[in-house]
Amino acid sequence: MKAFWSKPAEPQVETSPKTWDEVKTTTCYMCACRCGIRVYLKDGTVTYIDGNSKHPVNKGVICGKGASGIMQHYSPARLTKPLMRVGERGSGEFREVEWEEALRTATLWLSEVRAKDPKKLAFFTGRDQSQGLTGWWASQFGTPNYAAHGGFCSVNMAAAGLYTFGGSFWEFGEPDWKHTKYFMLFGVAEDHASNPIKMGLGKLKKRGAKFVSVNPVKTGYSAIADEWVGVKPGTDGLFAGAIIHELLKADKIDLPYLVRYTNAHWLVIQAPGHPENGLFLRDAEGRPQAVDQTGRLTDALAAELTPRLVGEVTLKDGRKAVPSFDLIARRFLSDEFSPDTVASQCAIPAATIRRIAAELAHVAFEQEVTLDVAWTDWAGRKHDKMTGRPVSMHAMRGISAHSNGFQTCRTIHLLQILLGTIDAPGGFRYKAPFPKPVPPAVKPAGKQGQVKPLTPLAGPPLGFVMGPEDLLVDAKGTPQRIDKAYSWEAPLSAHGLMHMVITNAAKQDPYGIDVLFMYMANMAWNSAMNVPDTIKYLTAKREDGEYVIPRIIYSDAYASETVAYADLILPDTTYLERHDCISLLDRPISEADGPADSIRIPVVEPDRDVRPFQTVLLDLGARLGLPGMVNADFSPKYPGGYPDYIVNHERAPGIGPLAGWRGADGKAQGKGAVNPDQLKRYEENGSYWFHELPDSQKYFRHANKEYLEWAVSFGLLGKAEPIVFQLYSEVLQKFRLAAEGHGAILPPPEHRQRILTHFDPIPCWYAPFEGDMVGEVEYPLHAITQRPMAMYHSWGSQNAWLRQILGRNWLYMSHFRAAALGVTDGDWVYVISHHGRIKVQVKRMDGVNDDTVWTWNAIGKRKGTWGLDANAAESKKGFLLNHIISELLPEREGGYRYSNSDPVTGQAAWYDLKVRIEKAEIGAGVSEPQFDTIKKIPGFKRPNILRFMGGKKKS
Amino acid sequence: MTSLPDTTKPGQKKLGLVIDLDICVGCQACATSCKEWNTQGYSAPLTDENPYGADPVGVWLNRVHAYEVDDGTSTNVVHFPRSCLHCETPACVTVCPTGASYKRAEDGIVLVNPDTCIGCKLCSWACPYGAREYDYQEGVMRKCTLCVDRIYNENLEPEDRQPACVKACPTGARAFGDLGDSESAVSKLVAEREGYDLMPQFDYKPVNKYLPPRTRKDKPTPKAGASLLDVMPEAKTTADRLFRWADRLLSR
Repeated sequence: MKAFWSKPAEPQVETSPKTWDEVKTTTCYMCACRCGIRVYLKDGTVTYIDGNSKHPVNKGVICGKGASGIMQHYSPARLTKPLMRVGERGSGEFREVEWEEALRTATLWLSEVRAKDPKKLAFFTGRDQSQGLTGWWASQFGTPNYAAHGGFCSVNMAAAGLYTFGGSFWEFGEPDWKHTKYFMLFGVAEDHASNPIKMGLGKLKKRGAKFVSVNPVKTGYSAIADEWVGVKPGTDGLFAGAIIHELLKADKIDLPYLVRYTNAHWLVIQAPGHPENGLFLRDAEGRPQAVDQTGRLTDALAAELTPRLVGEVTLKDGRKAVPSFDLIARRFLSDEFSPDTVASQCAIPAATIRRIAAELAHVAFEQEVTLDVAWTDWAGRKHDKMTGRPVSMHAMRGISAHSNGFQTCRTIHLLQILLGTIDAPGGFRYKAPFPKPVPPAVKPAGKQGQVKPLTPLAGPPLGFVMGPEDLLVDAKGTPQRIDKAYSWEAPLSAHGLMHMVITNAAKQDPYGIDVLFMYMANMAWNSAMNVPDTIKYLTAKREDGEYVIPRIIYSDAYASETVAYADLILPDTTYLERHDCISLLDRPISEADGPADSIRIPVVEPDRDVRPFQTVLLDLGARLGLPGMVNADFSPKYPGGYPDYIVNHERAPGIGPLAGWRGADGKAQGKGAVNPDQLKRYEENGSYWFHELPDSQKYFRHANKEYLEWAVSFGLLGKAEPIVFQLYSEVLQKFRLAAEGHGAILPPPEHRQRILTHFDPIPCWYAPFEGDMVGEVEYPLHAITQRPMAMYHSWGSQNAWLRQILGRNWLYMSHFRAAALGVTDGDWVYVISHHGRIKVQVKRMDGVNDDTVWTWNAIGKRKGTWGLDANAAESKKGFLLNHIISELLPEREGGYRYSNSDPVTGQAAWYDLKVRIEKAEIGAGVSEPQFDTIKKIPGFKRPNILRFMGGKKKS
Repeated sequence: MTSLPDTTKPGQKKLGLVIDLDICVGCQACATSCKEWNTQGYSAPLTDENPYGADPVGVWLNRVHAYEVDDGTSTNVVHFPRSCLHCETPACVTVCPTGASYKRAEDGIVLVNPDTCIGCKLCSWACPYGAREYDYQEGVMRKCTLCVDRIYNENLEPEDRQPACVKACPTGARAFGDLGDSESAVSKLVAEREGYDLMPQFDYKPVNKYLPPRTRKDKPTPKAGASLLDVMPEAKTTADRLFRWADRLLSR
């Protein structure tokens, strides 16, 4: 019998509730990481999302964004029906229209352009994960004016890698998380490609490996680094160069690796003034030459060869030549790169640089990793082990987004290669489809004469130029593309310059356009440099009252700031309502251990009158009669929309958007006939496909015979030839020669010095442009952004949960800097650049470079957008640095204003921003500038109380 | 006032979390995974007031804070996840006038029974950790349940029977298990890494433990040395330095 004072019986808790009736696997889209997710459904409502434990990318984990997907899916900012503008551009006044009217209107506008001059369509697709389709569509339409967001994201980094070792940082490769013992991270964008890095960092620290973060700001990943190196923005190249300096001086470099895998021994002609100066010495067949230990000229590509790496040779014709390594070593042994020289420029003590160089050398040369795995090299020679130097590096923004980013990234790759770490155990590993030839053998189409009415382009609009002959310019050197990609202003712009499209179109430079068609890019706000003028450009009118950009079509799922500036809105679905295909033809989800791709499936049907953009694009293609999108009788080739295309489209015989379960029996992968059951097979497998390479193919893939032969059979490579790292870049030298007046295709005189300076065939460093032009005295501070881990670009603010985590931003600066300025937490300041000023509120911290101020990216929102109340903190206190970043550099001599971009690749240089800070009065206590409130877009429903209970009704 | 179960007997199960401050990067995965599970689970709903307005305020059972901490020589950024610690002697339970707040005898989980909670908020005043949040719309107190509706849930795969925050964590900074069992993986982890109690001076005996950041490897080590100067040859000029490589026999 229980005593009366005893505790009452515990309540019965239901410990096995089933709050769902169905679970579907698909792919996340809360950032570009593309993790596998499981979506739990109850009565057709999404109740819960978690990570798919079997998925190769995230292995069951999920991030703060991914787990908030429900709130994105049920966002009040979702567009609900096609819209036609009725008010002035920017007013937000629309009328709802039926899809048939919307599609007919778009078809009419687009067919006029295509019949007259297809390049007058500028089709730019932002954070598109379907570039395999959208690029092909542009090419079938016949316009060269196509790109996605890479030009303002990280093209200088991507291009630096692809022109150096046939791979690239960021999502296209990864540190060997399992074996690396020393990891250096140069900058980062913590909002995407995020879970693999977080998982890797966790593993690495548990193993006791050292993690060094090189970043002006100590947040996020930097916070858990063993060592934070608070570099001054834009000087990473000097820091990496000084490490190279130390390693070369101490002879701590992997010479055997260089001779095997790079062009270190290739002879470079030294004949100043000669048209072949700086090019590789080649034989009659075009094969590069080396000199062997006996002093004899020989084929540099031969397998059995003992080449010299230093020393000049005199050729029969009297010219001189030296191995490229000789030139590179001389560059980095010079005092220009000594730790003592760079220390004050980088804000990194010389002793720290020396110590890090010593640590790298120690780990690389004293702590080798050997795997008991036999493999065969490109020449057929068998090796019984795989040995690597366990130093790895990774990089993202901070390296990209500076005007010197291409050369800085090349310098980091040089460092990795000198240490013998690319695709070696413990080093940096490729992810399929990489490695590719250096650079990939795809050239951009769209030369003068190739763009014709009613005619597809001869090839894809984006590719890799090998020399001036591949540029898209006319005889006078005038750019052929609206963004001036592949012109003398940005010759290696492999991802285009989306950030220049609106400016150039409004200025009709190099020409005006008729239709601007954009997808998922917030170009009237946080994706633009210079928001105030961008808005002017979007609304500029000609004398006859017509807009200078006459037609703007925009597709997005959400009411972003850009919606109000379009004439026709094609509302997209959320990521849970659509098919998608994350393809090896585009940006796959491959792992270092093997290729992988994935799909999205509609886990719920849209409850609004919206359609998946890719299906709409194919519909438009059919209505326009684009080749490849219609049958012989002009009926649509893919009447089933995007899923129909994903399964049935073949880019080359046997090669389609998805690599898995090809062939009539579903047993082929890579190449194989169309399999009508392919999507079903993906769904059964958790919406992804992954092929794990055999151990013998997991490393040294640039020179691994088994891998190279497999890659050819699979369709990733054309030939099973070794991929030779281009430490010295002959492609760059060809541009330099043109700038010196050699060859048939020459840059206009006004561009020549710029080419000469920046197209250095040896990695180099120069000061970021804006800082160099505006002066240290007037604008002493760097201003940059960091990516909050719980937000992806502008998308997070519409999310009821994520905006509670970060609903406004502050300007962060060091205590030292704040004291010098006489400001403290909560004070208002003006941040002034050469272009404009913003008024913002300050917070102080220790973990920031003293010469740097920073804020979270894309938190500021325009009033009335993203489904938010006009009083939202995002609008009243939040702010963007974009308003004070000019898309054009200050005038040079002669008055010309170049775009604010990397001169090699056209990468937007928005991290080059230099500012000064002045204390401001509180005033109204709101950030400035404030823009007019955008009127409510039709269809909004915004609850005041959110009781989200999934499929359950509150009892 | 509510009494506590006798949890002093040997072998008493003490379920809890171990949180590794060495590798938490502050990504908020644990916070939002908690929110999405629990707003449809035992604690449903976790209300958000004014979710799209000027001052959104929602109920969360787990929040991650970021602080700069000066250890005397340098400043470190610490990401600090905060949720109920499922104390062995929790004042939040003993102050409860209705018995709504209680500690489970079988596993030590501290729960609130929403049917008997009167919303008096005494428990949130009693908790020094700020682990409880009041839902003004529902009129009840909410707190971490250690996902009591997941960890035993027979409808989930065995690998998923863990708190949503633990399953989510990308860096592996969160572990779940029986801290009453000295042989459990979590207990061993605590022993190995010198896990500690939060604010032990209150003597509520938190079950959850925090693992301190590891020693940072940012000082010269004897093996690697402070620089490569010692191994640098005497060579003074660039030409001399290049000359070292002239006779190296390197085969491809």
